[in-house]
Amino acid sequence: MAIRSRAGALARRLGLGVVAAAFAISAQAADPIRIGSFLAVTGPASFLGDPEQKTLELYVEKLNAAGGVLGRKLELVVYDSAGDAEKARTFAKRLIEQDKVDVIVGGSTTGETMAVVPLVEQAGMPFISLAGAVVIVEPVKKWVFKTPHTDRMACEKIFGDMQARGIKKVGLISGSGGFDKSMRAQCLKVTSKYGIEVIADETYGGGDTDMSAQLTKIKAAPGLQAVLNAGFGQGPAIVTKNYRQLGISVPLYQSHGVASKQYIKLSGAAANGVRLPAAALLVAETLPDSDPQKAVVVEYKKAYEGKFGSEVSTFGGHAYDGLMLAVEAIKKAGSTDKAKLRDALESTRGWMGTAGVFNLTPQDHMGLDLTAFRMLEVRNDDWTLVK
Amino acid sequence: MSAQLAQFLLTGVTIGAIYALVALGFGIIYNASHVINFAQGEFVMIGGMAAVSFNGLGLPLPLAALAAIGCTTLVGLALEKLAVEPARGASVVTLIIITIGASILLRGLASLVWDKRIHPLPAFSGERPIDIAGATIVPQTLWVLGVTAVCVALLWWTFNRTLTGKAMLAVSHNRLAAQLMGISVRRVLLASFGLAAALGALAGILIAPITFTAWDVGVMLGLKGFAAAMLGGLGSGPGAVLGGLALGVIESLGAGYVSSAYKDVIAFAIILVVLVFMPGGLLGKRSTERV
Repeated sequence: MAIRSRAGALARRLGLGVVAAAFAISAQAADPIRIGSFLAVTGPASFLGDPEQKTLELYVEKLNAAGGVLGRKLELVVYDSAGDAEKARTFAKRLIEQDKVDVIVGGSTTGETMAVVPLVEQAGMPFISLAGAVVIVEPVKKWVFKTPHTDRMACEKIFGDMQARGIKKVGLISGSGGFDKSMRAQCLKVTSKYGIEVIADETYGGGDTDMSAQLTKIKAAPGLQAVLNAGFGQGPAIVTKNYRQLGISVPLYQSHGVASKQYIKLSGAAANGVRLPAAALLVAETLPDSDPQKAVVVEYKKAYEGKFGSEVSTFGGHAYDGLMLAVEAIKKAGSTDKAKLRDALESTRGWMGTAGVFNLTPQDHMGLDLTAFRMLEVRNDDWTLVK
Repeated sequence: MSAQLAQFLLTGVTIGAIYALVALGFGIIYNASHVINFAQGEFVMIGGMAAVSFNGLGLPLPLAALAAIGCTTLVGLALEKLAVEPARGASVVTLIIITIGASILLRGLASLVWDKRIHPLPAFSGERPIDIAGATIVPQTLWVLGVTAVCVALLWWTFNRTLTGKAMLAVSHNRLAAQLMGISVRRVLLASFGLAAALGALAGILIAPITFTAWDVGVMLGLKGFAAAMLGGLGSGPGAVLGGLALGVIESLGAGYVSSAYKDVIAFAIILVVLVFMPGGLLGKRSTERV
């Protein structure tokens, strides 16, 4: 207490600039480490924000039960942005100016994240985003990091698998939603790297109920060796059914957007033989014991499902990765000084999360490689690991 | 190449048959009240979702379908009793706005009663594709076409051979005269909502195994059904069938031969052109005399 009051008195004399520094020094003794977050807990993106919030709360509780970090308790401040970029901006401002958090782990959607980027850059606030798009970390922003893998990586994983099977001529069919469009664009960017040629490129609308016309057209493309469906929601399931109906015999690939049991349930037997990339978390139990990722994903899956009784999703996993990366960086920096924390975050190497191994560098603020994705094939109405 | 054309046509006819059933529902209510019932799409959704629910509860598919049609008919009757009838003195535009409100309400209720997820319904007789002239269809397509044909025949018989049907026709021709002849306009109106709801539910159940169903499928199917009704001539039975099939085939050919991104644009543009030159729709003029 004596140190604290002396630090306070000094600060008053020396002015605002010193206040923060002095407070940081004195705070270490007793004050909690404050983790700020804004998530789309309600609204259209609640399927992202809800598991993210649950995960953050669960793990902050766990860390505190284990004695906290650097001998200090963690304190979580979460706001519900409902997926609204404008609200996200307001809450981020509040986190920085009023709540004076040490690090922000949040931003369920790309829209929210990008709205907040200028604020955290200006304030010098370490920010770990939980949103997907490449634009968040490309170009690199000093204070902004992210944990989920990107569309482009999903494309690369798929094309890598095609290359291994000797597939060169691919038909593309995609929906017209945001996810679908973004993935289609990213896929088209990396085709040449894998020697893939897109010989048909069809789309379907959000409410479309039949894609057999588009697939008939793709089927007729000369030399077709495989079809890739970049989509989200019920579209890919209809595509899968129509695909079998039309008797198209070349392999069908789906995106990570449908990597859930719901897809198999909707498509039924038609899904058998379909390949898609997915995070290791979805197949946690089926990973071989030698897999270095197994321990992490199984532990998280058990903790989450044990506590909430609902099936684990990769989105909650992104929040786990974000929180744990921040905690690791705080431990490494030995303080919550923002600049030190940021530097520690940027120098994270070989840390295993639910999304894969994180190797952050000044050039790469995501740090994941393709091992994050596993190629799955549907067999007997369930996922099977390819290779 | 001809196999491709056959595939486009078969695909178009299947979805077109569903549009036709929805369009018939629009026509029946329009004839009885001159109201365009924008909740027609929601009947389709409720039919499909209720069938999924009953089937999930363990009812065999035929019973689940019947129960779902029953439920939807009740919703249709309730809509008429609780929302349309109390406002019967109001103008047609007011009534149309009421149906728009009802559709939003029904959609909201559906998302609460069920959920916002997409649900599959098992196909009536398996999923093994059938080969026709190089094109393939699923057995469900035959169900869609067959049941639609039976419905059209039954409707024709009802309107031309039964007293209730003739009473409904009479109301559509001249409401006041029909009333003076002792026909209860109120009961005709009620029957028309019930019948339209049952038709919508049937469409929703038939198509669910092919396209799945969800709380919000009614919006697009309702819109397409309305477009089909306008194209064929609002209030005309043969017009609704022709309009539905034409819309389905145009969409399918548009997606196949021009661009899948613009298939709705192509379909709606053709409808606009038709309506500019034939404001009554393809079979509209005659329909004011005969349904």
